[in-house]
Amino acid sequence: MAEVLVYVDHVDGAVRKPTLELLTLARKLGDPVAVHLGPNAEEAAKTLGEYGATRVLAADAAEFADYLVVPKVDALQAAYDSVSPAAVLVPSSAEGKEIAARLAVRIGSGIITDAVDLETSDEGPVATQSVFAAAFTTRSRVSKGAPVITVKPNSTSPEAASAAGALEELSVGFGEAATGTKVTSRTPRESTGRPELTEAAIVVSGGRGVNGAENFPLIEGLADALGAAVGASRAAVDAGWYPHSHQVGQTGKTVSPQLYVATGISGAIQHRAGMQTSKTIVAINKDSEAPIFDLVDYGIVGDLFEVVPQLTEEVKTRKG
Amino acid sequence: MSLRIVVCVKYVPDATGDRHFAEDLTTDRESVDGLLSELDEYAVEQALQIADEADDAEITVLTVGPEDAKDALRKALSMGADKAVHVEDDDLHGTDALGTSYVLAKAIEKTGYDLVVCGMASTDGTMGVLPAMLAERLGVPQATLLSEVSVEDGTVTGRRDGDAATEQLSAQLPALVSVTDQSGEARYPSFKGIMAAKKKPVESLDLDDLDIDADEVGLDGAWTKVEDAAERPPRSAGTVVKDEGDGGKQLAEYLAGQKFI
Ligand SMILES: Cc1cc2nc3c(=O)[nH]c(=O)nc-3n(C[C@H](O)[C@H](O)[C@H](O)COP(=O)(O)OP(=O)(O)OC[C@H]3O[C@@H](n4cnc5c(N)ncnc54)[C@H](O)[C@@H]3O)c2cc1C
Ligand SMILES: Nc1ncnc2c1ncn2[C@@H]1O[C@H](COP(=O)(O)O)[C@@H](O)[C@H]1O
Repeated sequence: MAEVLVYVDHVDGAVRKPTLELLTLARKLGDPVAVHLGPNAEEAAKTLGEYGATRVLAADAAEFADYLVVPKVDALQAAYDSVSPAAVLVPSSAEGKEIAARLAVRIGSGIITDAVDLETSDEGPVATQSVFAAAFTTRSRVSKGAPVITVKPNSTSPEAASAAGALEELSVGFGEAATGTKVTSRTPRESTGRPELTEAAIVVSGGRGVNGAENFPLIEGLADALGAAVGASRAAVDAGWYPHSHQVGQTGKTVSPQLYVATGISGAIQHRAGMQTSKTIVAINKDSEAPIFDLVDYGIVGDLFEVVPQLTEEVKTRKG
Repeated sequence: MSLRIVVCVKYVPDATGDRHFAEDLTTDRESVDGLLSELDEYAVEQALQIADEADDAEITVLTVGPEDAKDALRKALSMGADKAVHVEDDDLHGTDALGTSYVLAKAIEKTGYDLVVCGMASTDGTMGVLPAMLAERLGVPQATLLSEVSVEDGTVTGRRDGDAATEQLSAQLPALVSVTDQSGEARYPSFKGIMAAKKKPVESLDLDDLDIDADEVGLDGAWTKVEDAAERPPRSAGTVVKDEGDGGKQLAEYLAGQKFI
């Protein structure tokens, strides 16, 4: 069976959920071969094997952390050259897309970004995408070269399928471009203890209606009661009420949770672009004309300062 | 020596309009008004600020696009860019990201540059891959997705707010950067700027000028193919209730019914 390269997104060897989703989708296309760059490959290989990776090609070098993007492209290309895969799958993070883009140029392959599903066809994988702020669904394929496809988080549920996960060393020679952009310092994002925004099953977001940083704990309280991640509209981020890393929308994160709760958010097209594929959408907004209500499964026209505390209490009571 | 800055800008259908696909499954550019991609205004703005800091700088704005794309160039010129290059050719219709990056790279090389500035993504395709592809093709360092950028002594530095960390980057010129919408509001063109823009030079280039064969680009030359495009069925109308004092409880009841609690 053909092999499919899967680029692993991990934090010090802890494999992130979108990679498990990629492995699950990759199995539709062939035998997944994972590419792990950085430390703790052994720990990662166990998880990757559980989710179907037949092999895990691993490389570790200081360059991966010290320079931007290109060293990882060199490594992925080395894996590509040694495996000759039927397709290359990369998580749709900002960095993942850049790695995929450069690889595509190098190997002369077409690239599809932000796929939400993959199927097989006689002419190779067909990727489903959600475009124009999720107003359209397209199906596309790569017509030249081995398809390079980036896949959005939450596109499928990870399914375990035990495979060997055999760890193999990947030898990587870095090109001249690899050291072009130096990372002179790095400040890791502080963990909030809440689920990762793009991976969360439930997201509770606040917008301009939240009316101040001092009121965001209200949104966090509801999020915690539901076990959710916290999101924000650009208006709330631009006002400095919540960090940009939590922005949902075209220029923030795209989320596709089981449940999206929009509070004090009007539902501008750029916001919808980041949340419209959520399975269930609910909104709390005092303006019955707000466009967000066109999307909702359930909406409350009301003051969020009344509705949210009551909802939070009720959720807590019901959860016991 | 003058700092030569090339800003890549895209002409896109207005995102607030009712965007569609044309029959050949390319973006329909007829039914919705086009404009300079809002995210590329940030690129123009940062280029202007970098030029202000430099002793001597010249900003060229570059677009690959149909005739109407001149509007995007005019807007960038009215913001303060010095000159424009428009790559325009009927054979470009349907070119995908890989092809566009090829054409842009050729045009940038022809123009001459020390720094290329891109937006973070186009508001129509929203791929966010062009800058990385361009850096790869040009063989220069990429310092992308910057929310702060500055150039000093032949070095570009900036802050990249990544998924997991905030990074400070540094690269030698010539280099390529892309900037995010966190980099600072773009200026509005002044009346004077709009008038001045009318007299600024706009150079038109076609594929021949760039030594590109028609079959390397366009719909037929594309590396990807859209099989079909379907309008997403409207979400089935939901229930919207007015809060009469127990809205929170009602919502909880709904969420419980859906097994979220
Ligand atoms: C290029 C570009 C990119 C963009 N990218 C993004 C993006 O990534 N994400 C994003 O979100 N936006 C983005 N925007 C901005 C977007 O166009 C909107 O301006 C923004 O989403 C509005 O945020 P909002 O809904 O919080 O604010 P508003 O539109 O001001 O809406 C606030 C809502 O809160 C309601 N409200 C007020 N008080 C209360 C209360 N007490 N109780 C209940 N409801 C209340 C109001 O009725 C109103 O509907 C982008 C714009 C551009 C041009
Ligand atoms: N046709 C084009 N002409 C000029 N610049 C472009 C074009 N397409 C994309 N770009 C640049 O590349 C960036 C990212 O675009 P994309 O990868 O298409 O999302 C944009 O913000 C522009 O700076």
